[in-house]
Amino acid sequence: MQTYTAPLRDMRFVLHELHGATADNAEFPPELLDSILEEAAKFCTEVLLPLNASGDEEGCHFENGVVRTPAGFKDAYKAFSEAGWGALNADPQYGGQGLPESVAKLVEEMICACNLSFGLYPGLSHGAYLALKSHGAEALKDFYLPKLVSGEWAGTMCLTEPHCGTDLGMLRTKAVPQEDGSYKLTGSKIFISAGEHDFTDNIVHLVLARLPDAPPGIKGISLFLVPKFLPDAEGKPGARNGVSCAAIEHKMGIKASATCQMNFDDATGWLVGTPHKGMQAMFVMMNSERLSVGTQGLGLGEAAYQGAVAYARERVQGRSLAGAKAQDKPADPIIVHPDVRRMLLTMRAYNEGCRAMGVWVAQALDAAERGDEAAADFVALMTPIVKALFTDLGFESTNLGVQCYGGHGYIRDHGMEQFVRDARIAMIYEGTNGIQALDLIGRKLPANFGRSLRRFFHPVAEFIEAHQADARIGKLVQGFARAFGALQLATSFVAEKGMTDPEEAGAAATDYLRLFGLVAMGFMWVRMALIAAEKAPQGGPDAEFYTAKLNTARFYVERILPQAGALLFTIKAGKAPLMDMAEAAF
Amino acid sequence: MKLLVAVKRVVDYNVKVRVKSDKTGVETAGVKMSMNPFDEIAVEEAVRLKEKGVASEIVAVSIGVSQAQETIRTALAMGADRGVLVETDVAVEPLAVAKVLKALAEKEGAQIVVLGKQAIDDDMNATGQMLAALLGWPQGTFASKVEIADGTATVTREIDGGLETVALALPAVITADLRLNEPRYASLPNIMKARKKSIDMLKPEDLGVDVTPRLTTLSVSEPPVRKAGIKVPDVATLIEKLRNEAKVI
Ligand SMILES: Cc1cc2nc3c(=O)[nH]c(=O)nc-3n(C[C@H](O)[C@H](O)[C@H](O)COP(=O)(O)OP(=O)(O)OC[C@H]3O[C@@H](n4cnc5c(N)ncnc54)[C@H](O)[C@@H]3O)c2cc1C
Ligand SMILES: Cc1cc2nc3c(=O)[nH]c(=O)nc-3n(C[C@H](O)[C@H](O)[C@H](O)COP(=O)(O)OP(=O)(O)OC[C@H]3O[C@@H](n4cnc5c(N)ncnc54)[C@H](O)[C@@H]3O)c2cc1C
Repeated sequence: MQTYTAPLRDMRFVLHELHGATADNAEFPPELLDSILEEAAKFCTEVLLPLNASGDEEGCHFENGVVRTPAGFKDAYKAFSEAGWGALNADPQYGGQGLPESVAKLVEEMICACNLSFGLYPGLSHGAYLALKSHGAEALKDFYLPKLVSGEWAGTMCLTEPHCGTDLGMLRTKAVPQEDGSYKLTGSKIFISAGEHDFTDNIVHLVLARLPDAPPGIKGISLFLVPKFLPDAEGKPGARNGVSCAAIEHKMGIKASATCQMNFDDATGWLVGTPHKGMQAMFVMMNSERLSVGTQGLGLGEAAYQGAVAYARERVQGRSLAGAKAQDKPADPIIVHPDVRRMLLTMRAYNEGCRAMGVWVAQALDAAERGDEAAADFVALMTPIVKALFTDLGFESTNLGVQCYGGHGYIRDHGMEQFVRDARIAMIYEGTNGIQALDLIGRKLPANFGRSLRRFFHPVAEFIEAHQADARIGKLVQGFARAFGALQLATSFVAEKGMTDPEEAGAAATDYLRLFGLVAMGFMWVRMALIAAEKAPQGGPDAEFYTAKLNTARFYVERILPQAGALLFTIKAGKAPLMDMAEAAF
Repeated sequence: MKLLVAVKRVVDYNVKVRVKSDKTGVETAGVKMSMNPFDEIAVEEAVRLKEKGVASEIVAVSIGVSQAQETIRTALAMGADRGVLVETDVAVEPLAVAKVLKALAEKEGAQIVVLGKQAIDDDMNATGQMLAALLGWPQGTFASKVEIADGTATVTREIDGGLETVALALPAVITADLRLNEPRYASLPNIMKARKKSIDMLKPEDLGVDVTPRLTTLSVSEPPVRKAGIKVPDVATLIEKLRNEAKVI
């Protein structure tokens, strides 16, 4: 059975102690944010968690174009919407609560830890909300946004087509202008999450399509809003629109999330934003959405960690190499074994590191929204890193979670293998992790002549300068500085080689993103260590928390971060080992 | 009609409590605290009575440390209108709490005081009864159903072996049992609104109540560890053991 306790203490640490001094605080006092997190935790663990394994087992049902979600999901969605969780970080103008993005991401972490499949439904609505809000005409926004925010209607994002996922420039769905200003859309979309379900009376699809006069490729794509039911005069769902679900996919994980093949046959829609500028509309919401997908990795990593710790305390197998610990038992709990600790600490260091990084970027997202240009640069730089790193590490953690359980992780009973299957998708959708790496290296690094990069590098260098001789954490800072050095070397290598040969950049991309991500996470860890080093000796009820924080920081810097050196070597090997292999030889 | 509802801050029901090493009590430092679950049911009932139009105002009261304000906030987020914290660092006992509640019920002019039937930390199951006695009001304890009409509270009580229904002339004291209702999840807008609702801060002295404990705790210890069971070869041995060793038949 899956169990989960929201890591509220760590969330408070990250929110208030690590990233506390921001504009968020004036508006929303810490006690308010804490009570929101606490209530969200209660809802997630009591309502969503019990449906996770059953939803996975049952999956979604498809019959005659209708999708039925697994038992309990519809009621849970109703309770979720009634409690207002979908409105958390939405604009008060449309019925939202306008809470900080950082809090939203922490709540999302809990939702994903308890039931990723469920979380996708409101997640997609929020994606649709963001795209519409940033580019829609006022009339469309005033009508649709309050319904998406309240959860009365749900949303989708329809990008992918059978022949194109990554390369959306090839997409074929057509939109033909009508005399009344609307459009008729025709085409097929696949893999559409929440494309059809029984949660809401209406579903609002945001669809990428091509106008008749569209230039070829990615610059000829426009965004449209296509409701499942056309609103009648009173704004209630009226006539059925020409959009239907042809099938749902059978897949590896997130089985309670309906992944739909959608057909558009002369479906009525309305243009969102400017003709041919659909991809720009998409990019506006992508930062937030990619951060959310990264958060999915974190949530599952945390769930896996908690499951693994519980089991490691209880499962007795083999004696401690330092001499028997549990004399009254036939063997020691496996938590005594160095190798099991390696697994547990790896998961923990990743989770707490991701949490710290996620809130860091989320706060910058809010600042960027308020017009802070430096924050916007930072978000742009970090978005592909958060998406790819968190989902890669989340998957790694779920995998370690299974390993800690041995054979009992591989079978269904404990729910550990579900985490692996569920975590796998996050590395693929919302832009594969390979594409994130290309975005980082090809777009984000050179952006504004490296200004974003300098904005990341400078504070890091300053921190190292200020704390490398610190009696308490100096050694950690020095270890971190070595990894940072590797990143700097890799960056100049990539900048130089990639400038002349894009294939060199492409060859380095994934390793470079990992290196950057590990260093960014390392920065979080040394900053957390600094706080913990100050507070641990103060004693009191929190001393254990800070001591554990310090230990985990040390584990991260001394046993994970040295990977930076290996990544630098890999990057410097260049494209030749990849590209010299004849295609026919594969 | 004004309702008073009492809420206590206790160790969260999910926490595995540990006895302090000096055996003076259980460890509460660094332990997650939340509202006593029976009090949540009491708050829920009060809110339902307000939604039905029976109650006009709900005042959530806690007696305890300053952090009990958070417990009151939880009640406010569920739908109580305002809060009163009677602040004291003393580990209050049922009689003291009953006296404080009596003073407040009179001060506020409450018609009904709703409490949990007991708190899960000390399992006293006494405050409601004492309060009714001190006020001279009728009591409906262990309530599993409450209906209010024409100045009468009809309370179905869970008693050994069944249900008992009593009619109480208001004002009255009601204590909530597990099956009275299922407390709601506080909605996000209500959590935000709760921050803006007022909590009056009082001291026991302000109400003329002396909360000095009257009981002395001699020692707190873990319950004895259950011994492993044994297998018996046949029914005859089982009966023999039940009769002579366990002495239950
Ligand atoms: C469960 C699920 C839910 C989904 N939900 C949605 C949804 O709600 N809405 C929606 O529109 N889509 C959705 N998708 C689609 C998803 O976004 C795509 O699957 C994803 O973008 C990848 O596209 P693809 O599957 O066509 O793979 P491809 O684009 O064919 O990629 C295959 C491989 O080639 C690599 N590759 C491709 N191009 C390049 C390149 N130029 N350079 C380097 N490597 C490259 C990729 O990284 C990948 O490893 C969902 C998919 C799944 C499985
Ligand atoms: C699908 C499947 C098929 C199987 N088929 C067979 C079969 O045909 N025949 C058969 O006999 N068995 C079979 N098994 C059992 C399999 O061999 C065991 O599951 C495996 O040996 C692990 O043992 P365990 O599951 O008890 O895990 P545990 O031994 O409990 O291990 C749990 C975790 O603790 C770690 N650990 C344990 N002890 C130590 C130590 N001393 N030091 C460091 N780390 C330690 C492990 O590495 C693991 O990560 C099968 C299992 C599965 C799931």
